[in-house]
Amino acid sequence: MTMQPMEQNQWQAGSLRAESGRMPDFPQHMRRKDDHSWRKFKSALVSALTLCSAVLVIAPLGLVFFHVLMSGIGAVNVEFFTNLPKPVGSQGGGMANAIVGTLELLALASIIGIPVGVLGGIFLAEYGTARVNAVLRFIADVLNGVPSIIWGVVVYGLIVLRFKSFSAYAGGLALGLIMIPLILRTTEEVILLVPVGYREAALALGIARWKTILHIVVKTASRGIITGILLALARVGGETAPLLFTAFGNHFWNHDLSEPIAALPLQIFTYAISPYDDWHRQAWAGALVLVTGVFCVNVLVRIVTRVRTASA
Amino acid sequence: MMIAAPMPRPEVVEPRNSGAAVFLNGDGEPLPLAMEAKNVSMWYGSKRAIDNVSLDMPAKAVTAIIGPSGCGKSTFIRALNRMHELVPHARIEGSVFLHGQNLYASNMDPAVVRRRVGMVFQKSNPFPTMSIGENAIVGLRLNGVSDRKFLNERLEQSLRMAALWDEVKDDLHKSGTSLSGGQQQRLCIARALAVEPEVLLMDEPCSALDPIATAKIEELIDGLKKRYTIVIVTHNMQQAGRVSDFTAFFYMGRLIEVGSTTKIFMNPNEKQTEDYITGRFG
Repeated sequence: MTMQPMEQNQWQAGSLRAESGRMPDFPQHMRRKDDHSWRKFKSALVSALTLCSAVLVIAPLGLVFFHVLMSGIGAVNVEFFTNLPKPVGSQGGGMANAIVGTLELLALASIIGIPVGVLGGIFLAEYGTARVNAVLRFIADVLNGVPSIIWGVVVYGLIVLRFKSFSAYAGGLALGLIMIPLILRTTEEVILLVPVGYREAALALGIARWKTILHIVVKTASRGIITGILLALARVGGETAPLLFTAFGNHFWNHDLSEPIAALPLQIFTYAISPYDDWHRQAWAGALVLVTGVFCVNVLVRIVTRVRTASA
Repeated sequence: MMIAAPMPRPEVVEPRNSGAAVFLNGDGEPLPLAMEAKNVSMWYGSKRAIDNVSLDMPAKAVTAIIGPSGCGKSTFIRALNRMHELVPHARIEGSVFLHGQNLYASNMDPAVVRRRVGMVFQKSNPFPTMSIGENAIVGLRLNGVSDRKFLNERLEQSLRMAALWDEVKDDLHKSGTSLSGGQQQRLCIARALAVEPEVLLMDEPCSALDPIATAKIEELIDGLKKRYTIVIVTHNMQQAGRVSDFTAFFYMGRLIEVGSTTKIFMNPNEKQTEDYITGRFG
């Protein structure tokens, strides 16, 4: 930490005293110790505390990523991406079905989560009255805080029990329901960021309100909305708990979305709690692929938002 | 202060009902009016912003609205194309006629009103997601015009009218926000002209611009009044003197005086107008 040497500050009480040979007539409260050592100590202490906190925030990410990389890199190979899991005892095998399964589940979740979330966000930002909005916003925030396993249980009760089968549909619905409040709130926020001048300009041209919202406001906010969608996908892509009672997992290819389907987080979960070393290695590899995927989505988000700032 | 003589030199007779004035041409004939506001009062919630204003705006002429901050001039101009309806709790009484048609009649669609009465705002606001060319014709495109040939014609025509064509004709695909402030404002004028409004409202269109860009816009306004009726709100009295044929002075939500710009600036009837013009207050 660099600090200004005291001598350079000509307005310091100390240097005034050195010139005049006596303490200048500062008010009582300013006539304290003139080197401010207690103040500097407090400042340094707080700076150190904030630095420690920053390290504490970043360290787990680094440790987790490093550990997953070290443990998983050995089992990530072409076979991992192309093969089905092998039965216990036989070496090798992969998670191709789980990777595809996660993508299918995300697609199903998007079908529910993106339209409802985006349209709901547009309603909140553009149409709703203040009282309705306050209620909706509160509900969305509560839903955002609901533990993800609860969503799994809800969908289990609504879909799985009724159709007497775990299914990809149920898993997609659980993930989609988690996405809705996430996308809703980010969509609302980015739409509210669109300057009111653009709305006025469009309406003053005699453009209908819904066209103004669709072609001007939402288009202006589209990068922010896409960012919100990508972050929501990254978030639910790693969810395990809501899939336990819904998608259930599958060791083979899923050919029917009304059947159970494999997902990367589920496969990792199943393999990690198994007693076999070979499966543990596969679980690490799966974890690495999943973390890398989420990481890539986040990098993509950075790129999307950077384009926005460059063109603005 | 030298003031450009407005043509034709209109005379003002005594206001009839609460401030409305009849503008006469050189032969003593009344000038055709584009817009008439009759007994307009406006409220924001319970706060009264405009108090019983009646104002005639002659066709193919520039009417300037001047007055100190908060006098209601921007509020009033927004009543002329129903833009105040975007503000929650804004309320209006009275009527506004455009070529004899009441804009507040129950069968009038605000979108249609705004197509006929265009508006340029204080802050230039070209749409950031669109190119210069797209910005200029967006009003037509989103109002359902898809004939490419017609759109291209209108694109060039409106950019020419806004005196912007020569500066941007090779950069029509570039972002509208890549232009300078003055060019952006002229692009907004072109965008408003492309839908062929009957009246163009300008709400302090130069207050964010430097003197050179301001001079260009003022020159443009002078050319536009051959085809359009223009109502301009301005803070800048010299600007009102330079560009307008008629001037209305607003104070505290009331129309104090209206008349030919020469008369208002040289020989106003009201003491308040004179005090404001001479800079004694405001």
